[in-house]
Amino acid sequence: MITSNLPALQVVVPLLAGPLCVLLRREDVSYAIALLASWASFAMSILLLMAVLENGPISFAFGGWEPPWGIEYRIDSVNAYVLLIVAAIGAIVITYARPSVAYEIEPQRRYLFYTAYLLCLAGLLGVTITGDAFNVFVFLEISSLSSYVLISLGRDRQALTAAYRYLIFGTIGATFYLIGVGLLYQTTGTLNMADLAERVSTVTDSRTVRVAFAFMAVGLAMKAALFPLHIWLPNAYAYAPSVVSVFLAATATKVSVYLLLRVYFTIFGTPFAIQTMGLGDALMPLAILAMFVGSAVAIFQPDIKRMLAYSSVAQIGYMVLGIGIATTVGLTAGILHLFNHALMKGALFMAMGCVFYRLGSVRLEAMHGIGKTMPWTMGAFVVGGLSLIGVPATAGFVSKWYLILAAFERDWWWAAVLVLLSSLLAIIYVWRVIEVAYFRPPSDSAATAAEAPSVMVVPMWVLAGANVYFGLDTRVSVGVAQQAAKSLMDGGV
Amino acid sequence: MSAPALMVWALAVPSVGTVLILMSEGRPNQREAITLLTAAALFAVVLSLAPTVYTGGRPDISLFTMLPGLEIRLTLEPLGMMFACIASGLWILNSIYSIGYMRAKKERHQTRFYACFAIAIASAMGVAMAGNMLTLFVFYEILTLSTYPLVTHSGDEQAVRSGRTYLGILLGTSIFFQLAAIIWTWAAAGTLDFTIGGILDGKIEGPFIGLLLFLYMYGIGKAALMPIHRWLPAAMVAPTPVSALLHAVAVVKAGVFTVLKVIVYIFGADFLRESGYADWLMYIAGASLVLASIVALTKDNLKARLAYSTVSQLAYVVLGAALLMPLSIVGGAMHIAMHAFGKITLFFCAGAIYVASGKTEISDMDGIGRRMPVTVAAFGIGALSVIGLPPFGGAWSKYLLALGAMDAGHVVFVAVFMMSSLLNVAYLMPIVARGFFAGSDDGGGIREAPFFCVVPLCLTAFGCLALFFFADDLYRLLAPIGGGTG
Amino acid sequence: MIEPGLYNYWIVVFLMMAGLYVVVARGNLIKKLVGLNVFQASVFLLYITMGKVEGGTAPILAEGVTVYSNPLPHVLILTAIVVGVATTALGLALVVRIQEAYGSIEEDELEEKDERDERKLRS
Repeated sequence: MITSNLPALQVVVPLLAGPLCVLLRREDVSYAIALLASWASFAMSILLLMAVLENGPISFAFGGWEPPWGIEYRIDSVNAYVLLIVAAIGAIVITYARPSVAYEIEPQRRYLFYTAYLLCLAGLLGVTITGDAFNVFVFLEISSLSSYVLISLGRDRQALTAAYRYLIFGTIGATFYLIGVGLLYQTTGTLNMADLAERVSTVTDSRTVRVAFAFMAVGLAMKAALFPLHIWLPNAYAYAPSVVSVFLAATATKVSVYLLLRVYFTIFGTPFAIQTMGLGDALMPLAILAMFVGSAVAIFQPDIKRMLAYSSVAQIGYMVLGIGIATTVGLTAGILHLFNHALMKGALFMAMGCVFYRLGSVRLEAMHGIGKTMPWTMGAFVVGGLSLIGVPATAGFVSKWYLILAAFERDWWWAAVLVLLSSLLAIIYVWRVIEVAYFRPPSDSAATAAEAPSVMVVPMWVLAGANVYFGLDTRVSVGVAQQAAKSLMDGGV
Repeated sequence: MSAPALMVWALAVPSVGTVLILMSEGRPNQREAITLLTAAALFAVVLSLAPTVYTGGRPDISLFTMLPGLEIRLTLEPLGMMFACIASGLWILNSIYSIGYMRAKKERHQTRFYACFAIAIASAMGVAMAGNMLTLFVFYEILTLSTYPLVTHSGDEQAVRSGRTYLGILLGTSIFFQLAAIIWTWAAAGTLDFTIGGILDGKIEGPFIGLLLFLYMYGIGKAALMPIHRWLPAAMVAPTPVSALLHAVAVVKAGVFTVLKVIVYIFGADFLRESGYADWLMYIAGASLVLASIVALTKDNLKARLAYSTVSQLAYVVLGAALLMPLSIVGGAMHIAMHAFGKITLFFCAGAIYVASGKTEISDMDGIGRRMPVTVAAFGIGALSVIGLPPFGGAWSKYLLALGAMDAGHVVFVAVFMMSSLLNVAYLMPIVARGFFAGSDDGGGIREAPFFCVVPLCLTAFGCLALFFFADDLYRLLAPIGGGTG
Repeated sequence: MIEPGLYNYWIVVFLMMAGLYVVVARGNLIKKLVGLNVFQASVFLLYITMGKVEGGTAPILAEGVTVYSNPLPHVLILTAIVVGVATTALGLALVVRIQEAYGSIEEDELEEKDERDERKLRS
């Protein structure tokens, strides 16, 4: 019974746990609920992935209404993988969250924080799991609305403007997606993705379908912060509470990239997306610009969270580049980087959360000499940073390996050169922090700082360790990514 | 114990040593005892592998699969055997020397120093035993990163700046050029295993061979081919034991070792020779060889001079590889060993002089030999070996290199070798001469450096001499790598 | 019966563009939200229009009626309207907070203040 309802429970558990927090209103109780719900989701996502890998795609009809009429939850190797990423990060982040939340958010708002967190988690899981194009929109808005709230809880007043700007961009993006879905419905009369895929392929000449494609592509690119639609992202990540930065950086844009994949490859189909619409050619320059602009701007940021945010823009460029290469290896690289980037950015933002917890600032000048007083935190930062650069034996290396391999296989050697060049930029912005943290005489605040509490350090090191682990043992990460890429290229749902 | 298991131990011993060293924070005696024990144990493990390899065995073990189709894999062949022996053997002497040096200079963060040193040695072992290019690359990068804290040991402004150069060049070139080359190789050949005769024959052709070779040669920043040699003089800011073992032996030799591996086992010397796209490398290496010697002449700082001398000597090895003749390749490989002993002696002496007198500039060293006769005599022996005079080891490798150049029909490089040897004389011998004969007799109370500093440098100087007589064994060990190519 | 033709769609396009223009061109945060609403309303209209079946009535089972409008888009858009309301509410709440924190809701003034803060931090 439980097993067969797992797909529903995956979303329903955090979705119900959220309002429960509001009803109970007590900080400690809400934290316990959030912790429980997040770990439960994580456990369920593992079970789902295992089930999918063993028996192939799972279909779950909501309320007994069979697809294509009812809402279908459909889990294949692609979204089972993304579900796992989101749920795992969700669970690790919530474990880490408590001291940081207590430090950054006023007591009377904390239960609201946990509520919004759970809703955001539910929304992201929902977007990933559902097989219904309109249902995607609903979950997208659930996650977006709650993330606007989460961002606005930041301590600086800039958090408010950042949240507002994100709200405007996010809404436009989601509405674009909605327009696309409407146009598709108009031509095909269905909302179920599998059904859509079947019917769209028969009407690809229709201008309506092409317009729908364009609307959805732009809308989702906005949500995924693909250059040049990324301008909401840096401030949103920089001014959000630390926990929120970790969570959103590691999950939200990933889910949007997943959705891009879903729409391009599953709904519209590989031949249409790549050959007819020239998707690869359109994404390629944007991805490359993202890699360079993101990294170059990151170098000059005095605020490290902002620096990491710009680095995220660049990293999204890598993922999109993989998609744009549009071969199985390219897609593998893109999907793999989805996973690996979640690990590295998670670890890095967590390290910044710890620094903020002790120093009240993550600006470079505050972090002078922090390596001596907070060795574990900065150690995790170094590991995450190396992974970001793509040093071998870290997860980032594996992504880069596949990305360059994909470029070589298509004889796009220039793309390989550009990926490598932009990794060199990553060395610069990571090392800037490391030099300041380890070689400068400690600033007043850094000299007296102590290591962050172990509740924060342990989850951070779990992620940092995962960066090393998945750099050495790639059976799971690469294996699943390959399978997912293959199923996407074959156009199967 | 079986040979493959021993290879794993060769990685495990220094790794465990690192952990134990870190656990002895605050107990210097325990820490240094562990370092010495680890070094001795490692050397024993490596030595016990030697007979197997010497008799033609090629122990091989796959540790785990890192990427689908690509394993982290250890395979020991003659070149690696030699490199592992040198690095682990000299680590013992260097550890003894470190104790004398670090204590005398009252350096801070000594635990970090010993721990990073052990990691660096472990990764040097990994480089030596790597069975494919990916494994080699992984350990190569770990070696770079583990030596960064050693270079920036003092933590002052200059150290940080040098560290930036060091890391920027080594990490930058390895990621930008070498990684690209490796992935290209993988995409073209479908394997990265080190195979006698190479893996690229028929897989790429035309100018692409030259391009790929370029990517490898400039991707291996540790080989310090000009113009990417800047990191090596920069690294001299580190404490002398680091310069001695890492920047005269382990790190730089890992670089030229990789060059040899790539040319012999990835490209295959025959394949490269027939393609004709490797000629440029000879000229670059030859130019690097002479230019670095000339620069060394202009340096008054002893360690800087030795650093440029190293750049020049590394170019010998690269040139040996680039000549693509069996004799020159074996000569290049032997030069790794010969130069290691010579140069580490020179660095030990430089450090000993610094510890005893605080002097770093050559022009201040007048008469120092009369105060520190043992040290300066050892310096003389090391210098003669680096120059390549019998009865010291360096004579053989240079002889083989010159023969190789003749074989290849490039007589011009014989001239280059001769000229460079003369330059070696010109920049190394004056130091000895000044030390013994110049200046007045008031030494200002300078005495020999601490016992722990002097013993190792005597031993390595003796090693230079011994290598002259045991060169034949070394030649026979290494012959297969040249012989396999024709 | 009057043929509606593409009349509705022209309105949709007009509203969409007008709404987007306001979002982009106006500096006042409230006006931006108004623009966003207009933009969203155009999409509501799009969905409602596509549900219309010529000659059909409301989808209620009744004697003698065989042609119904498609109710699905209408239901969908009810959801979207709810989402839109929530977004507007949240947006307005944010504007109130911004007004409290900055004393202004004009975008250029906000940016100026942020820049001044940043300069202060750097010096």
